[in-house]
Amino acid sequence: MAAPFELSDDSVVVIIGTGAGGGVLANELAQKGVSVVALEAGGRYLPEDYINDEWESFGQLAWLDARTTSGDWRVANDFSSLPTWIVKAVGGTTTHWAGASLRFQDHEWKAKTNYGDVQGANLLDWPIDPREMDDYYTKAEDKLGVTRTGGREGLPGCNNYKVFEAGAKAIGYKNVSTGRMAINSAEGDGRPACQQTGFCFQGCKWGAKWSSAYTDIPRGEATGNLEVRSQAHVLRIEHDDSGKVTGVVYADADGNQQLQKARIVCVAGNSIESPRLLLNSASSMYPDGLANSSGQVGRNYMRHMTGSVYAVFDKPVKMWRGTTMAGIIQDESRHDPSRGFVGGYELETLALGLPFMAAFLDPGGWGREFTTALDSYENMAGMWIVGEDMPQETNRITLNHDVKDQYGLPAPNVHFDDHPNDIAMRNHAYKQGMAVYEAVGATRVFPTPPYPSTHNLGTNRMSENPRDGVVNGYGQTHDIANLFVSDGSQFTTGGAENPTLTIVALAIRQADHIAAEMNRGNL
Amino acid sequence: MLKQKATLTRRQLLSGSASIGTAFVIGIGYVAGSSAAWAMEVTHLKPQTMATLIQMARDIYPHDHVADEFYAAAVKGYDTEEQADMIETGIAGLDAAAQGKGFANYAETGWERHRVDILRNMENSPFFQTIRSGLVTGLYNQKAVWPLFGYEGESYSQGGYIDRGFDDINWI
Repeated sequence: MAAPFELSDDSVVVIIGTGAGGGVLANELAQKGVSVVALEAGGRYLPEDYINDEWESFGQLAWLDARTTSGDWRVANDFSSLPTWIVKAVGGTTTHWAGASLRFQDHEWKAKTNYGDVQGANLLDWPIDPREMDDYYTKAEDKLGVTRTGGREGLPGCNNYKVFEAGAKAIGYKNVSTGRMAINSAEGDGRPACQQTGFCFQGCKWGAKWSSAYTDIPRGEATGNLEVRSQAHVLRIEHDDSGKVTGVVYADADGNQQLQKARIVCVAGNSIESPRLLLNSASSMYPDGLANSSGQVGRNYMRHMTGSVYAVFDKPVKMWRGTTMAGIIQDESRHDPSRGFVGGYELETLALGLPFMAAFLDPGGWGREFTTALDSYENMAGMWIVGEDMPQETNRITLNHDVKDQYGLPAPNVHFDDHPNDIAMRNHAYKQGMAVYEAVGATRVFPTPPYPSTHNLGTNRMSENPRDGVVNGYGQTHDIANLFVSDGSQFTTGGAENPTLTIVALAIRQADHIAAEMNRGNL
Repeated sequence: MLKQKATLTRRQLLSGSASIGTAFVIGIGYVAGSSAAWAMEVTHLKPQTMATLIQMARDIYPHDHVADEFYAAAVKGYDTEEQADMIETGIAGLDAAAQGKGFANYAETGWERHRVDILRNMENSPFFQTIRSGLVTGLYNQKAVWPLFGYEGESYSQGGYIDRGFDDINWI
């Protein structure tokens, strides 16, 4: 049962976005009795609506609003108007994510201290004690039902995993498993066990994979304290003469503009839209955008060092059968500068269907070099590389005044140049990934370039000192006390791990902080 | 839609037609496979242009186990009033390039490598990129093509692979 709040109700917390950050924060606050209006730009889809067809699903779920790209990253060439592969729907990209749920390693919270000065990198330590995160990580793992934590069994390994595991062991890797996944290995929390159906990226039709769309969102609504408005696209955040935010203007499903008043505003629109919204909310008091006295809004955009390795064997693999991200090698996730780069990376199995393999294996490729690879699609195994990339001030989201979105607002431009550390790490990972497959008889290997970004981080980063970043250790903006950032854009650095578990843990922690500050009368 | 074998005999097909290359026959308002396995009506493009476009599609993404009719289906959408000029001009450019190398036209060069050379020389042109990028979905997103690559598509309707071989390889 949705709780209808008046547009004029200025006692509500308004949350913009309903994914891993916003969706979880909305429920956590609602459970504490806080009134919440969550505004979601996309529509509401549930497992029965998900489509297990790659392109059709992409059309249903992907964020396809106008965007532009620049920089030397290959995505700007291959997918110039599609810098990201994220979701516009209630539940956000938790519908699309593969489910890998890894904690940051201790050293990753303090990248500047542990990595030292890296030329061209804008490294900083998180203003958070790793020990303080332990309990929040446990709460997040329990919420998501993460396998191999809390006594939950691991998932069984599919064919793609069997090849990956055998190759990993053959080259001496020790830490390979089906990983910690927010996919039920047994029925739990009202959701069934994984049926090894594939199509994890298209929304889990069983609901075996955790998504806020069918867990936190309806649970929050059931309290009567949460109202979710879908197809409500926020255009700007408003403030009063004292500088505090007072509400948000959004376009509703009919395109009409509405003003929702607010006591607190939490921005959780992913690392492109969140800084864009702050920039698009510029006013005479805040001419550079909200919460931007540091000049860091939109900067330090990170997208993880990524790439893929696919390999062809002389026998069938049928990698599409089963969990999309079915296993992980963690031997390379350590910080070990002797490899020629700081930070580390994970190797995780990945499978694409034939339509997406044709689009992503070698974008722009054609001729027999390309088609003979696809001829062996049935005999193909695949893995994804995900590693820590360096924050750079010049990698940033800016407003492109030459391109307007459907509401007439400047589109975001996403600029990204690979840092030499990113390139060194990717080359190392390609070599290791290819070695894994060659060790078990691959006849051909493909070091495949990065896809449009699913891990978008860092554009409203946390900092101890207001000069260095946009938000404090609780995601509260340094400049405006009742304005928070609640998504991956608050990441100070990216770590090597898939970010969702950390986004969820930070959202649970932020909910505690906001509720406590409200009780103290500070917000 | 592509017509299937039953609707057209080889004899009917060949009466009043010409052939282009060895793969295609063309007549008034249609392109067909030389085997008469398929035929396609064309309304806005010259039949010979469509036949050459189908050959170009195969030369860009050659899969020897994928029949011409799937390539024909992949480019059939260009047979519109809006796109006819763009396609006629582009294909005329292909033929001119082939003639410059001493061939009768693009479709009749014999070896694939001669056609690929022509395509390599124009791979940055808007025409080539339009055709190539369109084929990524036009060819590989045809559900009828998927089984030719072993791809099984969705499995939810059959209960996933939990009891149907998600871990069935035994060679590793």
